[in-house]
Amino acid sequence: MTRAAGFVVAAAALTLPFWLQSPYHVHVAIMAGIFAVLAMSLNLLLGYTGQLSLGHAAFFGIGAYTSALLTLKLEWSFWLALAVAVGLAGVAGFFIGRLALKLRGAYFVLVTISFAGVISLVSLNWIELTNGPLGLPGVPAPELGPWSLRTKTAYYYLVLAAVALSYALCRRLVRSRIGRALVALRENEALAESIGVDVTHYLVLVTVVSAAMAGLGGSLYAHYTRFVSPEVFLFTYTVTMVIMVVAGGKGTLAGPLVGAVLFTVLPEALRAAASWQWQMLAYGVLLVALVFFLPRGIVPRLAAALADRR
Amino acid sequence: MEQLLQHLLNGLVLGGTYALLGIGLTLIFGLMNVVNFAHGEFYTLGAYVCFAALALAGVDFFVALLAAIVVGAALGWLCEVALLRPLRNESIDTTMLVMIGVWIAMQNAELLGWGGVAKSIPHPFPTAPLVLGPVAIAPLRLFVLVLAAALIAASWLLIQKTKLGRAMRATFQDRDTAALMGVGIGRIHAVTFAFGSGLAAAAGALLGPVFLVYPSMGDLASLKAFSVVILGGLGNLAGATLGGLLLGIAEELGAGYISSGYRDAVGFVIIILVLLLRPSGLFARQERIA
Repeated sequence: MTRAAGFVVAAAALTLPFWLQSPYHVHVAIMAGIFAVLAMSLNLLLGYTGQLSLGHAAFFGIGAYTSALLTLKLEWSFWLALAVAVGLAGVAGFFIGRLALKLRGAYFVLVTISFAGVISLVSLNWIELTNGPLGLPGVPAPELGPWSLRTKTAYYYLVLAAVALSYALCRRLVRSRIGRALVALRENEALAESIGVDVTHYLVLVTVVSAAMAGLGGSLYAHYTRFVSPEVFLFTYTVTMVIMVVAGGKGTLAGPLVGAVLFTVLPEALRAAASWQWQMLAYGVLLVALVFFLPRGIVPRLAAALADRR
Repeated sequence: MEQLLQHLLNGLVLGGTYALLGIGLTLIFGLMNVVNFAHGEFYTLGAYVCFAALALAGVDFFVALLAAIVVGAALGWLCEVALLRPLRNESIDTTMLVMIGVWIAMQNAELLGWGGVAKSIPHPFPTAPLVLGPVAIAPLRLFVLVLAAALIAASWLLIQKTKLGRAMRATFQDRDTAALMGVGIGRIHAVTFAFGSGLAAAAGALLGPVFLVYPSMGDLASLKAFSVVILGGLGNLAGATLGGLLLGIAEELGAGYISSGYRDAVGFVIIILVLLLRPSGLFARQERIA
């Protein structure tokens, strides 16, 4: 059942550009893919360890800036820049993971927010490097051997590959010993420690992986929009990721994917009906409503409904 | 030396309002175990009420301040009764998500209602600074400092000297025992949230005329309130007061001697360093982090 559903989803994703008529629809699909990577990255922390990072836009922004700067100023190839962007975001994740070694809950949230705040201020004020609030225009499109991935269809497949890779990584991670250790940490930390789970070790590890994935999303975003500015650190991005994970179903593999597609397509579809501010207002109300009426998210709710019918 | 004194005085003015923000947050955090990420939005609300009262209704400054406190407290009370009371037995993470939702909703409601353009609040004070020996201070800032000090003193009296304050302290120490002794926990929670929100609104109404008023001003206010709470230790009133003054002075010194672009980074760095080195706060005697 799940295998068949997975096959259908994969087939649909692979042939999607042939079904979609206008480049605008492909654009929405690309953004959904980038946000899927980000949502999966946040879900590793929020869903599996129970730690909420409200500074995820920082890792996203570090990835975007690193990739943009390396290709613009040093004229590196996209692939090398991507690798360094992922690596650097991972290093930042290691730094935060170590800092947050003994901090849980609200204190972890505060450290991640503060970190994002500092990084955002650096991007605004270090004008020699980042061009300040004006941002960096003209980020080159990636090339694969002789081909340019400039077209939307080509970029769609690049993003799809990143989504597939991230999904495979998450799946591998959470179904391993590490994943079980993380869930043990989320459910009862003292008990997990008492039976010999090195809680902080796993927390640092998963923060690094999560940050690196957010960096991947940032690099893909930078080379797609071809422009990076301090706006990549906007809290809106973090909020969007949180909504995607909470609505889709935190602590499930499919949840962030469902959330990312839903909350990229819905705002675009509703764009004509409601302005951006109304949508953000609705996001806030929705988050409150989700906690009250759908605390576990869409995917677990659907799974439970399906199991009942059988 | 004169420059240093001037920075210290400016820091004190900022710090007084930070202390108001911090006291409200530390009470809500300590007493209700709710991480109130919407705290800064009550600060923004206070500033907008002050703007509406002064610029549109044209009332007296004191009336505007009072209106801000009343509206902030009323909305805080509503927020507690409607959203937090049903979730009282849920985990801290659940209520945190709800408060993040309230934060986003309130901020964007303000953006829709008032527009994104920053507004300046007209105030009745003369703009010529008062020269006091080596330092100078604008009359408005002096007024802000005095009123902040008065509100801090009033909060202290409320907590330490009244029956309500005693019930609040008892609830902070041990909720279940307090309930057994006949303290109405529901009422105490509602009062605490309304009180904290009212103080945040007062801080917004006081700082609004000094700076500009815009919808996202609450984000930084929230973070500053959290820095103050972390500095002072959870649920520690004196700690929050001292922490607020310290943060205000540290920011002024950072902006004056390092770079004004990084003024707001001071709070972030304080959060990270204090959590790293002394997680129970600078003034706490015991470990309080769960």
